Amino acid sequence: MDSANIDQIIEKHRGKSGDLIHVLMEIQHENHWLPRDVLHQVAAALDIPFSRVLRIATLYKTFSLTPKGRNEVHVCTGISCHLRGADKLMDAVERATGIKPGETDADWRFSLESGSCLGSCSIGPEIIVNGTHHARMTPAKVEDVLKEYQ
Amino acid sequence: MTRLNSAAELEQLRASILSSRDPAKPCIAVCAGAACHGLDSSRVASAFQTEVGKLGADAGIEVRVTGCHGFCAKGPSVVVDPEGICYFEVKPEDVPEIIACTLKKEVVERLVYAHPGTGEKAVYIGEVPFYKHQTRLLIGDNTRIDPMRIDDYLALGGYGALAKALFQMTPDQVLDEVKKANLRGRGGGGFPAGLKWETAKNAPGKDKYVIVNAHEGEPGAFMDRALFTGNPHKVLEGLIIGAYAIGSHRGFIYTRHDAPQLIQHIEQALAQAQEYGLLGENILGSGFDFRVEVHYDVGIFVSGESSALMRSIEGLPPEPRPKYIRTSVAGIWDQPSNLNNVETWANVPQIISRGAQWYAGIGTAGSKGTKLVSLSGNVVNSGVVEVPMGTPLRTIVYDIGGGIPNGKAAKAVHFGGPMGGSIPANLIDAPLDFDELSRLGAPIGAGGLLVMDEDTDMVDVARYFLEFLTKESCGKCVPCREGMRQTLKVLTNITKGKGREGDIARLEDLNEVTGAACLCALGRTASDPLKSMLRYFKDEYETQIARGSEGKVAKVAGSAAT
Repeated sequence: MDSANIDQIIEKHRGKSGDLIHVLMEIQHENHWLPRDVLHQVAAALDIPFSRVLRIATLYKTFSLTPKGRNEVHVCTGISCHLRGADKLMDAVERATGIKPGETDADWRFSLESGSCLGSCSIGPEIIVNGTHHARMTPAKVEDVLKEYQ
Repeated sequence: MTRLNSAAELEQLRASILSSRDPAKPCIAVCAGAACHGLDSSRVASAFQTEVGKLGADAGIEVRVTGCHGFCAKGPSVVVDPEGICYFEVKPEDVPEIIACTLKKEVVERLVYAHPGTGEKAVYIGEVPFYKHQTRLLIGDNTRIDPMRIDDYLALGGYGALAKALFQMTPDQVLDEVKKANLRGRGGGGFPAGLKWETAKNAPGKDKYVIVNAHEGEPGAFMDRALFTGNPHKVLEGLIIGAYAIGSHRGFIYTRHDAPQLIQHIEQALAQAQEYGLLGENILGSGFDFRVEVHYDVGIFVSGESSALMRSIEGLPPEPRPKYIRTSVAGIWDQPSNLNNVETWANVPQIISRGAQWYAGIGTAGSKGTKLVSLSGNVVNSGVVEVPMGTPLRTIVYDIGGGIPNGKAAKAVHFGGPMGGSIPANLIDAPLDFDELSRLGAPIGAGGLLVMDEDTDMVDVARYFLEFLTKESCGKCVPCREGMRQTLKVLTNITKGKGREGDIARLEDLNEVTGAACLCALGRTASDPLKSMLRYFKDEYETQIARGSEGKVAKVAGSAAT
């Protein structure tokens, strides 16, 4: 964790209680998870109760209160991908990574998420690894794609 | 960039942009929309830039990286203007040939569209079946605009409608024009935008707000993203005109945090509009002030609901509130707040520049203008489609969409995602019309059209949507939280072969309660897909339930035998 960057984000919003969602989003993007002491820091800087920070941090699905693996794998389970076989794709990804959605493996290599539609329905089913889209996936292609991410 | 202080200065700038451009000079537009991007179009774009760069400054050819062209299934898509030659599935290694042929005014035959059945080729954008049945008033400019450059939008007449509104019309006249055009909200409800604006305008309150809802959380909907990412200034211009009509000086754009390209384009558009004096204080010297800020959803579907969205802008948890008092009267910080969807705002500039009469000439009696549709599911040509209201769904699915892949038959078309409905394939001649499709039980919603083939299990589709909404319910009101959970339980049992007699009556009971008692539209319309399924596909539910009870009998019999 690069705490200087986090401090910088928090400083930018100091005193602005309405910026809570913005601050947490920026920290999540930077750090990939929200450690508890950082949430305390946010509460103090924005001058709002810790309980309110936790409420927002636990409500939104993107915020993670646990550390993530080096590679974040997202299998789109939107309706269009669902109709095109996202379930089988998810099975293959679970087999290849050894984890289920919401989990991180013991080596911190992968975190797996199933997730809502990202609007690339024409090229589904797809998996997104660290923001890179892998289009028109089949279960057979999963091993090859994930091999690239160590 | 210099600040523009009058409508005349805007026109001078436009003239100077146009005079610096040669309309006959070939321009290669490389699509960087969501789908093409996923198909590695950025490598194609950089190959074009490198190759053209090698030719030197007077290459006589321009490369433009643009937003979504529309025909996503055949990406990466490249369009060569001024002729409008379309190349599909372009790879980086095709680039030198395209450039060489373009300079010689020739066409690369192997990369043009070929009909999968007949093999018939189509070279120009007006000939490709996917495009030729469309009326692309909103999305059509995407191939001619680099979303990072405001000058491209100005070259196409951009911000002309704003200048007209500010200098030739009073706010009331602008409002009247939008009312006369009968522009209806594209976000789902189909509520007349003019009436909503009028409510906000007349509501008491010192500060008034206008909001672009660019949340687009509905699975299977991607047209707003395509429009806003590809042509951000069109939406922004509509928003500023609306603010002028309503008397608002502060606007908000609410979008998803996980669309980096969209966010980049919005931020650039706001910065460039500000520099030209099209946003901020004293816009174009008219004395009208307006500023815009961007807020983000961080992954929760219900935050696209208007009252929840407004709570989120305040920095509070996005939970809907009862709407006895509309948000157009008491929204953000309890001030009048007018929220419209991306596509609704994008319609405003053309209504002002071309007039309500022209606009009302397109579409049906009750639904005017064109509609963007995200065409996906079991269809050959998926992508972003724009057609006049009233177009038969058959035209969209077959003429534009190319029908169902793998020689299968269509079973149903579904509109409006998890809060929409399905209609059977025999109703495919129904027109794309707010009221007509609502009557049939498949309200347009935001415009996500999902085609389902004969193999689709309709019980599973209803279960899928309900599972999605159950996870997305904010849990504030009991009918939504508990009602959906129970409905999901019954449906899951049916799909697992554990259906029981009386399940259909149980589902209908639950539908009635959630449909009437939930606090917000998410809960109230959550049962809509299921209602439409029970209306048109009840036999499939009955068969699966019966199979469930039979299965149980067989199992019992089987275990008794061993």
